[in-house]
Amino acid sequence: MMQGLLNWIDARFPLTKVWNEHLAEYYAPKNFNFWYFFGSLALLVLVIQIVSGIFLTMHYKPDAEMAYASVEYIMRDVPGGWFIRYMHSTGASAFFIVVYLHMFRGLIYGSYKGPRELVWLIGMAIYLALMAEAFMGYLLPWGNMSYWGAQVIINLFNTIPVIGSDVSTWIRGDYVIADATLNRLFALHVAALPLVLVALVFVHIVALHVVGSNNPDGVEIKKLKDENGIPLDGIPFHPYYTVKDIVGVGVFLLVFFAIIFFGPEMGGYFLEHANFEPANPLKTPEHIAPVWYFTPFYTVLRAVTLSPFMGTLAMFGAIVLLALLPWIDGNPIKSWRYRSKAHTINILLFAACFLVLGYLGVKPVIPMLKELGTRMTEIYFMFFIVLWIHSKPGKANFVMWFLILAAVIVGIDLFRYNPEATDDASQIVWQWIFPIGYLALTLLLPGVVKSFNTEKIVPERVTS
Amino acid sequence: MENSEVDKGRRRFLIGATSVVGAVGTAAMAAPFLNSWNPSERAKAAGAPAEVNLSKVQEGQLVRVIWRKKPVWIVNRTKEMLDNLPSNDPLLKDPGSEVATQQPDYAKNPFRTREGKEKFLVLIGICTHLGCSPTYRPELAPPDLGADWKGGWYCPCHGSRFDLAGRVFKNVPAPTNLVVPVYSYKNENTILIGLDENGEAA
Amino acid sequence: MRKKVIAFAATLLLPVSLMANSGGENLEPANIDLHDHKSLQNGAKYFVNYCMGCHGLKASRYNRIAKDMGLPVNPKQTGKTGKEADQVADANAKLITENLIFTTDEEGKPSSLGSLMLSSIPPKDAAKWFGAPPPDLSTVGRLRGADWIYNYLKSFYLDPKRPTGVNNTVFKNVGMPHVLWELQGWQKLEEGEHGHHLVLDKPGKLSPEEYDVVVRDLTNFLTYVGEPAQLVRKKYGVFAMILLVIFIGVAYAMKKEFWKDIH
Repeated sequence: MMQGLLNWIDARFPLTKVWNEHLAEYYAPKNFNFWYFFGSLALLVLVIQIVSGIFLTMHYKPDAEMAYASVEYIMRDVPGGWFIRYMHSTGASAFFIVVYLHMFRGLIYGSYKGPRELVWLIGMAIYLALMAEAFMGYLLPWGNMSYWGAQVIINLFNTIPVIGSDVSTWIRGDYVIADATLNRLFALHVAALPLVLVALVFVHIVALHVVGSNNPDGVEIKKLKDENGIPLDGIPFHPYYTVKDIVGVGVFLLVFFAIIFFGPEMGGYFLEHANFEPANPLKTPEHIAPVWYFTPFYTVLRAVTLSPFMGTLAMFGAIVLLALLPWIDGNPIKSWRYRSKAHTINILLFAACFLVLGYLGVKPVIPMLKELGTRMTEIYFMFFIVLWIHSKPGKANFVMWFLILAAVIVGIDLFRYNPEATDDASQIVWQWIFPIGYLALTLLLPGVVKSFNTEKIVPERVTS
Repeated sequence: MENSEVDKGRRRFLIGATSVVGAVGTAAMAAPFLNSWNPSERAKAAGAPAEVNLSKVQEGQLVRVIWRKKPVWIVNRTKEMLDNLPSNDPLLKDPGSEVATQQPDYAKNPFRTREGKEKFLVLIGICTHLGCSPTYRPELAPPDLGADWKGGWYCPCHGSRFDLAGRVFKNVPAPTNLVVPVYSYKNENTILIGLDENGEAA
Repeated sequence: MRKKVIAFAATLLLPVSLMANSGGENLEPANIDLHDHKSLQNGAKYFVNYCMGCHGLKASRYNRIAKDMGLPVNPKQTGKTGKEADQVADANAKLITENLIFTTDEEGKPSSLGSLMLSSIPPKDAAKWFGAPPPDLSTVGRLRGADWIYNYLKSFYLDPKRPTGVNNTVFKNVGMPHVLWELQGWQKLEEGEHGHHLVLDKPGKLSPEEYDVVVRDLTNFLTYVGEPAQLVRKKYGVFAMILLVIFIGVAYAMKKEFWKDIH
């Protein structure tokens, strides 16, 4: 009977066809490792956020007078409300942890390279939409940090020349963050952006399935197929990766629920202490920091002091550059397993730099940390140049590039150096070692020590 | 990918085991979500029992209070009103209060009150036809209601009539007697609407 | 495999260390026990008597704090049945109403047990009197933390330059008067070689040890009110962890079984 029903549906809807094309007969490389869990986990977190979000909307009041109280109503008076709220707040942070790890996988295995450039671009669009969604969601509890964080970020639009403050007012619907802002951000957060996110995720997976998944060896499994047209190194996604991803889900949920039940605030990083008082336009918190997942870009923003507008451009530029990776990195070898040691160092230093940028974003601006932020920003942007240089390691003149970039850094230092600002000046002098050290390790070293510039031969078949 | 022996039994068992544990986990996760639809503490506080002081209600007077956003009538019935009730029986759809949904068990009697407490009638003042609030007409034989009218309620929306025990007349649109809510006597002079020996009303 | 497990466990060090809340600059630890009913009751008593004149707890309900302090007013929550449940609940209701409820509703009856714990101070007037309206304290436990509240309540000292005559080492130039002066007495700020310290100048009704108990109980109560769910969530957490470990176990066995095909 079930078969009869299935046939009836199949004659009218491509159910079995889709099941086969995208699950039972979608051939994925058999060597997926730990880094390949995060795509399915990201999908899981999206579902968690949507379901918990919908249930929160049943009790939340998007009105400046009632919002804060309605969240406490959910935490205390709604049966199970606290659990739903913690799922959503933990889910927001979990989403970014998972997405950053998912993106890092792309970085190390070259998953952004052809023919997967579009998958990467759609992924970057998802990342942008996710940041917008998280930003808007954070305003909704209408806590004091919600209010002032939004005030600072929307004021960034003021930096646009000529039209800046009109744009800010238009976004806010008022001269300061107000009820009008809250209501429209609620509509965008609950309806508009979730639709955009779901659509983008769908398109992201469709695009991936056209070209097929990459793998830790960066080997194109479609190159070698058996007599039935099945890749020799491919295995059907279902049941092998469905079954494996279920284990990944279990481990993820173990950590996820441990946080929800034992420490939902996570030391004030997932639920910020300063946000536990209602929005007060007359009382600015001691230091306004964005939520942890925005902090790397916040540091970049603060580090570029040429002009506020340049700071804003730098912040967005940092994200745009990521999107352009497929065209910046011209090296045909995909996975870092087969690329030079210098390339591995470059990636690891970039990751470390990103983490330091993030850490600095939650700290107050004292001279040493301010300078460190500037140096980390320099390294962040230089990563892309170094990556481009590594595109043709055989031909590149590493020593020349080291000297050029080191000179640029020194040039910027001289421009910034003001002997009268003694605190800042002394920091500039000794922290010079960070960007120069970075350039030495990623450019000078491979230029001088052959073993750091040798690439390995990419195998025909996947290894493990 | 070929394997000579696939232990189907073991696979089925493991799929089953994972599914069972997964189902338990899913149910555990779903429980708070479903529970969140139950009345919140705010709703329960607003829906708490309403107290009515009977000593202020004069004979023949109807007092209205709000309980759970509904009008609730308390009527201090005179002896004459109580004596006239049986004579209505042939004219009523449900003189014996057989329809169980319209009153608690203790109100299933000719007076539709608790035993020994016939004087004070407690009713939800919502017509069982389409929800209007009927008008109190305690007077005998007014011109518009006819010579047989022994007192009761007349609903202006579609003409339904109820007697002084809230029982519905024949040949009117309303199908059932007016509802008697759950209630109890806190003491001789105080009625609690919405609470009785079985707990709070659902 | 072992390396991976170790690496994973190492990454958990970060979140675990974040969860261990730090007390903050030089704050004496409050050492509260949220499951100590007597302490919560004492804290509630002092709160409604000394604080609620100005500070509301508008997210909190009397019947909820009653239950969490071991004095449920709902028969179903007493753990007993029938008449006994009603009796216990009624006795608790009387206790709570007489000792904790000092506000009334529009009809002049004492605020019901299900009502929100509102302060009767008019907010606009309060803003005029104190510069800023005294904040509602429903979430102060999460805003400041137990250690801060505990130290704050012990750190008022005489300062003739302030309009209220007092200042506070934990909250500089606070607009709040030293409401508990009767109990603690008056402190003075003395400068020493190692910075300032507070010295009791005029004793109050309670000895320093007794006052300490009051402040600890108040802190306990406010920390509890900040997040009532914290009383139960760890319990649920243990069940969740057990269930998930079992799930990972069977799921992993299932994975290994299917993947026999591949190798």
